[in-house]
Amino acid sequence: MWDWTFTFEILPVLARAAIMTVEATALGFVIAATLGLVLASIRLAFPVAGVVVTVLVELIRSTPLLIQIFFLYFVLPKAGIVLDAFTAGVAAIGIHYAAYCSEVYRAGFENVPRGQWEASIALNLSPWNTFKDIILPQALPPVVPALGNYLIALFKETPLLSAIAVLELMQTAKNIGSETFRYTEPVTLVGVFFLVMSLVSAGIIRMLESWLQRR
Amino acid sequence: MNDMPMVRFENVSKRYGALTVLDNLNLDIGRGEKVSIIGPSGSGKTTVLRMLMTLEAINDGVLWVDGEPMTHMMQNGKLVPATTKHIRRIRAKIGMVFQSFNLFPHMTAMGNCIEAPITVLGLKRSEAEERAAELLDMVGLSAKKDHYPSQLSGGQQQRVAIARALAMRPKIMLFDEVTSALDPELVGEVLQVIRKIGREHDLTMLMVTHQMGFAKEFSDRVCFFYQGKICEQGSPAEIFGNPKNERTRQFLNAVLEAG
Amino acid sequence: MWIRMLTAMLAGTLLLIALLSANAEYRLFMPGLLEGAVLTVEITLLGAVLAVFMALIAALAKLYGPLPIRWLSTTYIEIFRGTSALVQLFWLYFVLPQFGVFLDAFVVAVLALGLNIGAYGAEVVRGAIVSVARGQWEASIALNMSKAQMLRRIILPQAFTAMIPPWGNLFIELVKSTSLVSLITLADLTFKAQQMNQSTLKTVPVFTLVLLMYLAISLTVTIGMRLLEQRASRGLTRGRVA
Ligand SMILES: Nc1ncnc2c1ncn2[C@@H]1O[C@H](COP(=O)(O)OP(=O)(O)OP(=O)(O)O)[C@@H](O)[C@H]1O
Ligand SMILES: [Mg+2]
Repeated sequence: MWDWTFTFEILPVLARAAIMTVEATALGFVIAATLGLVLASIRLAFPVAGVVVTVLVELIRSTPLLIQIFFLYFVLPKAGIVLDAFTAGVAAIGIHYAAYCSEVYRAGFENVPRGQWEASIALNLSPWNTFKDIILPQALPPVVPALGNYLIALFKETPLLSAIAVLELMQTAKNIGSETFRYTEPVTLVGVFFLVMSLVSAGIIRMLESWLQRR
Repeated sequence: MNDMPMVRFENVSKRYGALTVLDNLNLDIGRGEKVSIIGPSGSGKTTVLRMLMTLEAINDGVLWVDGEPMTHMMQNGKLVPATTKHIRRIRAKIGMVFQSFNLFPHMTAMGNCIEAPITVLGLKRSEAEERAAELLDMVGLSAKKDHYPSQLSGGQQQRVAIARALAMRPKIMLFDEVTSALDPELVGEVLQVIRKIGREHDLTMLMVTHQMGFAKEFSDRVCFFYQGKICEQGSPAEIFGNPKNERTRQFLNAVLEAG
Repeated sequence: MWIRMLTAMLAGTLLLIALLSANAEYRLFMPGLLEGAVLTVEITLLGAVLAVFMALIAALAKLYGPLPIRWLSTTYIEIFRGTSALVQLFWLYFVLPQFGVFLDAFVVAVLALGLNIGAYGAEVVRGAIVSVARGQWEASIALNMSKAQMLRRIILPQAFTAMIPPWGNLFIELVKSTSLVSLITLADLTFKAQQMNQSTLKTVPVFTLVLLMYLAISLTVTIGMRLLEQRASRGLTRGRVA
């Protein structure tokens, strides 16, 4: 059933693909976290533009990431923007999760008491300084665990990049499978990799959470 | 067997970790007797009722109900820890009314009163409803039988809770500060109902209360708890009129001054 | 209020689809895409049934089962939450046959997605059960109910209300994850889109229509869950007395 020799043969190949998966995760999350913050800030600062953002966020969250990946990969070239598969895929993942992250930031902003804004006005701080120096430092720490959970969720969606042939873990495992007609080892190993990574990160987030609570 | 008291705490102890909440408690409650438990906060009053209702396990000792051990059972002449089945058989004799009512919010007053009679006692719906209607009438709430708990005042909710407990035909009723969560003007209606069931039902009653006036007028015996022990007990006249123990005196002075 | 806005959005989405398909360039794709949409909806519905079933079983097992059952249920929950839906889909599709188990792609799709969402649902159910007030358990014990009676009659009905919003989110996740089944050759909405895109290269019309169709499905689910939520919470908060 399980061939250990074969397992050790494919392990280095999968390990290299795992690096690609981790890169995609890191880049995707950087996009998600920053774009999400921008979206949430727009909502906070410009109520009218905020409506557009709200609708956009709903739209992104109600449609499949896979379609969004295809969309960026196939539609952007029509507008003259040609992205390689990795870039298009990572951008799609980043934008998709930016929609989720913006909701997290929004909750963070809402949890800062009104009095903080009022006190800042009383101190004659500019709106920008109030936001940057007073609101953000209070809004961000409590939402770090929630963002962490989306990091894990995002990580687990990177196999979707295999649909546009990015050579991340899943695609590599499938390639090994179709070349050797053995799927058991590569696909199971991919599963184990994700399981271990998610459990470890979930543990880290729990520690972070209790550290934040004790602070 | 019948000369056994209705409830007997025999060397019962209760600990939470290092904290001993009840220390080697011995207490008998006779058939039909009405006993009030008073004492300062944290002295273990609630714990006594919760152990009897099997909401808390005991650490040492044996609890007897109606002549039979409840926390244990006889096996080859020896007491062994009770099975769930045994506990449920004995527990059927006990009903409890809580400080915070604990009505089922998704059921009407009637629904609350017929749920357990149907599912636990196996009554037919019509029988259960008939009995529940009588009890709701007795607590003065016939008109509210189709109301949900959220549509009732605190006093009304507590009266439904009393009817609900009685619908299971217990022999023993436990009341844990049943008026403490109520606005002052609603306390009277609930005490009135308790007086009434004390008169009309053949029940053994054990109540924790801060209503000294009610304890004095209603109970056959008053137990004063202090730091997990019965510090003094006796008839209301003795306890309220002529307390022997210094702590009892201090407690009563403090309570009466505040009241 | 919310529901009215969502319904307006749904109506707008459907209207947009109708308007677009008045255009010949778009109309061309409608029959094929609708066919795909039917499969998407089928997998969603069956997956949802399986997910709710698994979630209930796993949550109750994890809370009240004997130790081995508790471990089993925890293992199920952690494995399906810890690995990705696509990996699970591929595992069932590619690896099971190597163990001599041959399942139809449709069955694999429903199984993988249902088990995946069910694992997340188990935590939702568990959370809702433990969040029911302690007093409700205690009152049920005082009324001498058995554990099963308490759960069925007192605890689960109250937990149900708390579960509806998170289940709404999970069902949306389910709708979205059905797009993965296109990667195991099932001709769902995404598969059809890919196919038409490759054969006609009319990328914009195809993907615009598909996005709108997914949006319509998701909005329908959200509206349905909001209605359910309204109905369920009515019993608990009916005309509160001041
Ligand atoms: N679950 C528990 N874990 C730890 N300690 C507990 C627990 N329940 C009760 N205690 C402790 O046991 C002691 C007795 O509590 P109990 O509720 O019986 O007091 P009480 O006499 O009813 O007080 P009150 O008048 O405030 O209701 C208290 O010190 C309390 O803090
Ligand atoms: Mg108490």
